[in-house]
Amino acid sequence: MRFGGLTAVDKLNFNVQKGTIHGLIGPNGAGKTTTFNMISGFYRPTEGEIVLRDESIAGLQMHEVAHRGVVRTFQHSTLFAEMSVLENVLVGTHMEFRPSIWSALSGRDAQQRRGAEAKAQEALDFFGLLGFQHNLAGDLPHGHQRALGMAVALACRPDIMLLDEPFTGMNPEETKHMMKLMGRLRDSGVTVLLVEHDMFAIMGLCDTITCMSFGKFLAEGGPKEIRNHPDVIQAYLGGARHVA
Amino acid sequence: MILIAVALVVLPHGLSFSQQEILVYLVINILLVVSYRLMTLTGEWSLGHVVIMGVGAYTSALLTKRLGFYVPVSMIMGALMAAFVAFLLSFPLFRMKGFYFLIGSFASAEIIRLLWKRFREPFGGPKGLKRIDGLPNIDIGPIHIDFFEPTAYYYFALIVVLVCLWVLWRIEKSLVGLTFHAVHWQDKLAQASGVDVRRYRTLAFVLASGFAGLSGALLAHYIGTINPNSFDVEVMVFVLTWAIVGGTSTFYGPILGCIVLTILNEIVLRELGFEQMRPLIYGAIMIVSILFMPDGLESLVKRALARWKSAPPPPNQPEEAKP
Ligand SMILES: Nc1ncnc2c1ncn2[C@@H]1O[C@H](COP(=O)(O)OP(=O)(O)OP(=O)(O)O)[C@@H](O)[C@H]1O
Ligand SMILES: [Mg+2]
Repeated sequence: MRFGGLTAVDKLNFNVQKGTIHGLIGPNGAGKTTTFNMISGFYRPTEGEIVLRDESIAGLQMHEVAHRGVVRTFQHSTLFAEMSVLENVLVGTHMEFRPSIWSALSGRDAQQRRGAEAKAQEALDFFGLLGFQHNLAGDLPHGHQRALGMAVALACRPDIMLLDEPFTGMNPEETKHMMKLMGRLRDSGVTVLLVEHDMFAIMGLCDTITCMSFGKFLAEGGPKEIRNHPDVIQAYLGGARHVA
Repeated sequence: MILIAVALVVLPHGLSFSQQEILVYLVINILLVVSYRLMTLTGEWSLGHVVIMGVGAYTSALLTKRLGFYVPVSMIMGALMAAFVAFLLSFPLFRMKGFYFLIGSFASAEIIRLLWKRFREPFGGPKGLKRIDGLPNIDIGPIHIDFFEPTAYYYFALIVVLVCLWVLWRIEKSLVGLTFHAVHWQDKLAQASGVDVRRYRTLAFVLASGFAGLSGALLAHYIGTINPNSFDVEVMVFVLTWAIVGGTSTFYGPILGCIVLTILNEIVLRELGFEQMRPLIYGAIMIVSILFMPDGLESLVKRALARWKSAPPPPNQPEEAKP
């Protein structure tokens, strides 16, 4: 992926196994978010392929990728701040309950809406946000906003979730709780691709970790291997960061 | 609710003939401004809405004049044509956003207006279309309704507009409406959730245009003459003023703006003989209300309702700023 003269992600190649939590780590500016943007269809890669179940999805639009079961969250809390918490998650049910004008006019949408709300509340409940459903999303504390972003993604019933730094703004308690929830997500069959700087969370959660630096592939393996990988340690020390 | 219904039925009878005419325009303008709000739900503000209304007016007028269509049918065709033109325009326009969309909508609207002016056949050139058929009279036994009467046309327009408002209301309160809001506030997240953002923008634009076209048709068959200047930027500024002064965050905001400004306009300006300065005064009202009442008249209603609920009211509330 190139932006003008800058190559942000270069010849990166990795596979994500179904039903695993796969970490994508690297120092700041390594190109993790850019990688997410390419997979989710926010950017069209200038070169290369993205393959999902034998289908090339590079260059599809974001909503087309979402329809194929790949749903992302954003690094900076990106929510419908002016809408209620419940309404935020209702947008997540969009694909399942395709709203239509005809059902709105015939009144059939009352039933549809009840179904959608039940699904939305399920997702809120999973992340412990049910009590806030009538609050404005913008009024939630930061940690809850991160969780709400994930609830919206979960309401999309994804096969693969791309989570960009979901633990920022959470205290250690919340982080631990969220880790438990992600474990449950994986056990329910959702594949998670996780970008995170919190090494405690990464090492505790991931089945496989891919490490990149300056847009290039650096190393891949389980938590143990990555923790002790000389190139990884070098990259992080060079970037003045510690590996836990 | 019943009170409002009775008021709407009785309303024309206490008024003079010219006031009854204004009432008809008011009802039509309410449909225009509410349809405009539907479009703004997705976050795009267009400057072409009035010309789209004109597309409905021209289409319906021509169909009756040239092809002898039955008026109610031609009105529906006018609405469909306006929606179709909006659909075509959406291809170039929705490659733009925000300010560029605003300018783009203005430019394409002016092109349509130029076509009306340029082509005497069939649009009548700068003079426009005259002697447009009115609604046919109804004669069933003892019942005789003549739609040249403003009161009769008022009832007809009122029913049509109320049905349209109901439809627009249902759409907004449905999951479709929620998706419109989502597209407005955070199109990235909406798209990541599988919403085809472009499609929803187009849908809002096409729907709003259809209803605008219908309001144009309602107008054309009442006043009987239309020309390119009936749908110029000046009228667009009025629509914007109604929407902004009323506020666009609630369904009733633009209606409130339209009613209050029409009353102000007709009763105050006309009586005082300031009619010629209308655009100037509207511009001033718009600026003053943006400065002192950025959330529109609806914010006053909201506060009043909130105070009503949280009785007893706190004493000595400071006066709200009024334009
Ligand atoms: N839209 C863009 N235009 C130009 N350059 C960009 C763009 N997006 C990202 N970049 C550049 O690409 C590089 C990788 O950025 P990216 O956001 O992917 O890093 P990251 O690994 O997510 O970092 P962080 O850990 O800070 O989130 C950076 O040098 C960044 O400046
Ligand atoms: Mg990033």
